[in-house]
Amino acid sequence: MKYRIQQEAREGTMLLNMGPSHPAMHGTTRIMLELDGEKVVNCELEMGYLHRGFEKICESKTYFNMLIYTDRMNYVSPLINNTGYVMALEKMLGIEVPERSQYIRVILNEFSRVCDHLTALAAMCMECGAFTVFLYMMKAREYIWDLMEQTTGARMTTSFIRVGGVRSDFPADWKETTQIAIDETRKVLKDCHGLMSKNKIFLNRTRDVAVVTPELAINYGWTGPCLRSTGVNYDVRKAFPYLVYDQLDFEIPLGERGDNFDRYMVRMQEMEQSLRMVEQCMAKIPKPSSPYSSDGRGLDPAEAISASRTKKPGQGIRLSPNLEGTEKGKYPGILAGKKYIVPPKEDTYTNIEGLINHFKFFMRGHGIRPPKGEVYFSVEGGSGELGFYIISNGTDKPYRLHLRAPCFHIVAALEELVRGHFVADIIPTFGSMNMIGGELDR
Amino acid sequence: MKHKKDGKGGFITTTFNSMLGWGRKFSLFQYPFITACCGMEYMSVACAHYDLDRFGMGWTRFTPRQADMLLVVGTITHKEAPVLKTVYDQMTEPKWVVAFGACAVSGGIYDNYAVVQGIDRIIPVDVYIPGCPPRPETIINALIKLQEKIQKEGHEWRFQKRKS
Repeated sequence: MKYRIQQEAREGTMLLNMGPSHPAMHGTTRIMLELDGEKVVNCELEMGYLHRGFEKICESKTYFNMLIYTDRMNYVSPLINNTGYVMALEKMLGIEVPERSQYIRVILNEFSRVCDHLTALAAMCMECGAFTVFLYMMKAREYIWDLMEQTTGARMTTSFIRVGGVRSDFPADWKETTQIAIDETRKVLKDCHGLMSKNKIFLNRTRDVAVVTPELAINYGWTGPCLRSTGVNYDVRKAFPYLVYDQLDFEIPLGERGDNFDRYMVRMQEMEQSLRMVEQCMAKIPKPSSPYSSDGRGLDPAEAISASRTKKPGQGIRLSPNLEGTEKGKYPGILAGKKYIVPPKEDTYTNIEGLINHFKFFMRGHGIRPPKGEVYFSVEGGSGELGFYIISNGTDKPYRLHLRAPCFHIVAALEELVRGHFVADIIPTFGSMNMIGGELDR
Repeated sequence: MKHKKDGKGGFITTTFNSMLGWGRKFSLFQYPFITACCGMEYMSVACAHYDLDRFGMGWTRFTPRQADMLLVVGTITHKEAPVLKTVYDQMTEPKWVVAFGACAVSGGIYDNYAVVQGIDRIIPVDVYIPGCPPRPETIINALIKLQEKIQKEGHEWRFQKRKS
């Protein structure tokens, strides 16, 4: 089979292959170039190297089991993907989430957004030759992941946002960790501003390279930082506020020219806004419904089960450290909708009703069964509007699920953007688009 | 055998094989074949916080011709598989392969039409790292295990080859 670019190739030009095993293609995209000297005459993008059959596999998984697959869509900010999926389901089920849990979601979402932007810019700067910036930004991400790990138990793929709320409450000392993460990220952002924002080499490679007009961006379906860099003021958090974003004070940074540098700058400023939002949430978050109680008292789960065989055990159980923050007393503050949430482990281990509830939740054909119908819900993801479209036929598995991946639309414009530029300009252009393979190919 | 003990003109007694292994295990040039989520943890482990360079394997080469160790980081789909095979074939001997993360080890949670169920169906693997994605400590542990393997295994060198 001949590719389009081979069929259209002109006399005297050279065809060059870039990727998929190319460091700047992030391993999953292939760009075929038709070159006249160093100028790109024509370009064809081939993707699908990371097609893992997400949408198909979802049709055979229950709504609860599907959560882990959403983690691995945009793997730089899994918590935003969780939120998008779960909120689409909540819209279908008509669940109102407790306020504390909404704040927890916003804090984790905004930190995820910072991680996403940090990673995108780190890769972009490294590919332009600024390796120090890469190291600095990864350092900041580690401090954020410390908080993620402390709260969710995992560094990246957390599956933390659940239908009805979140999996567990924050640990007792989350405020200190959060403050450290904010301070360290601010320091890194200041350093990186100093290193990059007025750097002549960086400016030469990014200023007025791959300029996008607002019309072109909208025609391609761009959203997120890339669209805002062209000056279009569209952000799902402002346009269609979800969670508690309407109660927070934040600005939407806009670019002017829509070139690579603006895409860099918008991301830099958005991170600052995200950190501002986290600080506001820390001050506003409602108190937990029960105080922290990790004093280590109570029965071991195994002891509780054997004790409950003869009579009701008089005392509560000691949850494993992995389940800290999921105590039954905390459920009213972080979870809503009794029917659709995982029953508390205390009940599962100690009484028969709890055990039956547990089985009823996880059994095939039971659990979360939304009514027949369709739903679309979108959140502001790291690289744009992340939408979930679910069709339900009333069973515990979706009839069809479609993901509106933001970077699919953004990367589609690459061919047009790099035409007429140099080969070296492809690297920062592709970097500034923040291509995420899992989301692009699904 | 008598020798002077004044420290001048000293010598070491070892077998050439273990010396070669010692040299090779601390100068691993890696080729990260990054496709998916595990790449994020790879970035963490290669950066300042966990710092692979402490163990003599921090040098990343993006051409297979200069690399000794192929890190297959992330999901390998059927579309990607020929690329991986080509990269492996282009690497020069001696070479080692690390399957990084559940997808590379066994296909992980993606048991479907698109994903290769473990890269050992295409290329030989030396070390398997479980986890989805593995933690940085796990990765470091696995790579130290690979170093131990390199130390112990029999190495081919030019002199030996000519004899055979």
